[in-house]
Amino acid sequence: MSTDTRPVTVPTEEPETRPDSPLRAVLRNPTVVTFAVLVVIILGFTVAEPSLFFQGDNFLQIAQNVAILTVVSVGTTFVIITAGVDLSIPAGIVLGEVFTVKALNMVGGLDADAGQTNPGYILAALAGGLLAGLIIGLLNGVVVAYLKVPPLLATLGTLGAGLGMSLVLQKGVNTATYALDPVGHGHWIPGVPNLIPIGVLVVVLGFVLLHLAVFGRHTYAIGSNPESARRAGINVERHLLKVYVIGGVTAGFAGFLSVSYFSTTSIGGHSTDNLQAITAVALGGTSLFGGVGSIIGTLIGVWIPAILNNGLVITGVQPYWQQVAVGFVLIAAVYFDHLRRRSRDRG
Amino acid sequence: MTTVDGNGNGGVPVLAAYRVVKTFGQVRALRGASFEAYPGEVTALVGDNGAGKSTLIKILSGVQPPDDGELRMDGEVVHFANPHDAKDRGIETVYQDLALAPDLDAPANVFLGREIRRWRYLHNHAEMRRRTAAAFRELGVGLVQDMRAPVAAFSGGQKQSVAIARAAMWASKVIIMDEPTAALGVIQTEKVLELIKRVRDRGIAVIFISHNLPEVLQVADRIEVLRLGSRVARFRRGEADVDRLIAAISGAFSNEEVEAA
Repeated sequence: MSTDTRPVTVPTEEPETRPDSPLRAVLRNPTVVTFAVLVVIILGFTVAEPSLFFQGDNFLQIAQNVAILTVVSVGTTFVIITAGVDLSIPAGIVLGEVFTVKALNMVGGLDADAGQTNPGYILAALAGGLLAGLIIGLLNGVVVAYLKVPPLLATLGTLGAGLGMSLVLQKGVNTATYALDPVGHGHWIPGVPNLIPIGVLVVVLGFVLLHLAVFGRHTYAIGSNPESARRAGINVERHLLKVYVIGGVTAGFAGFLSVSYFSTTSIGGHSTDNLQAITAVALGGTSLFGGVGSIIGTLIGVWIPAILNNGLVITGVQPYWQQVAVGFVLIAAVYFDHLRRRSRDRG
Repeated sequence: MTTVDGNGNGGVPVLAAYRVVKTFGQVRALRGASFEAYPGEVTALVGDNGAGKSTLIKILSGVQPPDDGELRMDGEVVHFANPHDAKDRGIETVYQDLALAPDLDAPANVFLGREIRRWRYLHNHAEMRRRTAAAFRELGVGLVQDMRAPVAAFSGGQKQSVAIARAAMWASKVIIMDEPTAALGVIQTEKVLELIKRVRDRGIAVIFISHNLPEVLQVADRIEVLRLGSRVARFRRGEADVDRLIAAISGAFSNEEVEAA
């Protein structure tokens, strides 16, 4: 127990906030550190290969590549802030893909090509993808929040069940469709592939919901101390259910985007998307112990592996080094979170 | 301060329990216990382990309903179905284990579950911070310069101050504190006791549970003693000393007719 030596009574002209020392501000804000890492990586590749790497087109390409991972990582940020985890993301994505093409088939748009498609087909496909995510998310939420099954195992279960159900529904065969090309390959903004504004929109929505809305405040509170949240009158179980629904729905939406971009389901794919999303979220400073995290951090966490991969390819290094580097950066980030907690919990 | 007390000087208790019975299986935790708390007074509730303090507190704060007996607020019979009912009537509880969210800052904790909103779904954190700072200043809590730090960075006494200040901001009638100084060092305890007195001076009834008898004698305006599920003694400030309290707690002294049940 540290002895408190602060005065009880406050001088009348006490400023409301005291500027932190730079070190403390950095310690308190892991996002700054991760962002610095990202900047250093970008600078390094820029120096090594300025004409190829530091180009607008290259960054647009990376942004498009990471858009789908960004969408699921936003959902995963919410889940991890509650001190939970969602391993079922691949199931949400793949089942989202399957429901997307099933919905297209139901409205007769599966065989439409890019010229024949219409907004009705696209909306039906979108609804299919979101519905699949909603089902997975509800399952996760009920099992975690109400049946009190640890999230690691609950979502491991829905991961297997969802992937299996996708294979059953598809009889093990992928379905191709070009009906969603206007989404996956269109340019609503000239020169900018659609996946980029879609990803940005999800990030903005996630930011508002997590950082500005009461919903996000309660999400942090539950991750920080569920008992305090309960005593403050928050319906913890219902809130957790909603958080897992967000995780599921972002995955289902990612499935819709995946079909839009790749013009086919990929029922054997996405198997490491859950680990990539968790990596991104953890790199971004969101604590796996719950209660701490940010959407901007997650965005940075998505970009570090992507920039590494891209830069290594451009500089002619084996891109497999990316996995090695990301692994170590991840360990460093989580160790840093641990240190920060220890230095903070002095009370 | 207008002192009214439960020993026959008139005045209506803001929160009172009469002839309360609570049984858990074979265990009769409360056997016709009574308790009274008056506005602007610190009422200490003391008793040995198993005397029924915790059960009585849970009933007063709406966590559990009594099997028999009645609760009254300002003389009127009330029923609490849950802690929310009690909160709605201006009763706040400070729990022994603080019940703060360590990763949130003080304003977020103070307003948790009761956020000031704008556009219905968003929180107005600047306004919550402003009001929290104002309340902390008014209560002399300090910490006004630490409004942005997560409460995990606070010392035990500072955390307890946040918890008490939160209760004081929301309680219009009664604050119940279950051993608020149990985990604190000497200096921090002193500060928390000062804060309790300031809260009392705002006209709130403070119900204070503690095992630390010198501390009880220092801060309490009235002391009620529970033994084996019944009230066995009541003292006004100055009437009791440590020896007398120990006698009452252990059953060697009573100034109360043992009530029914």
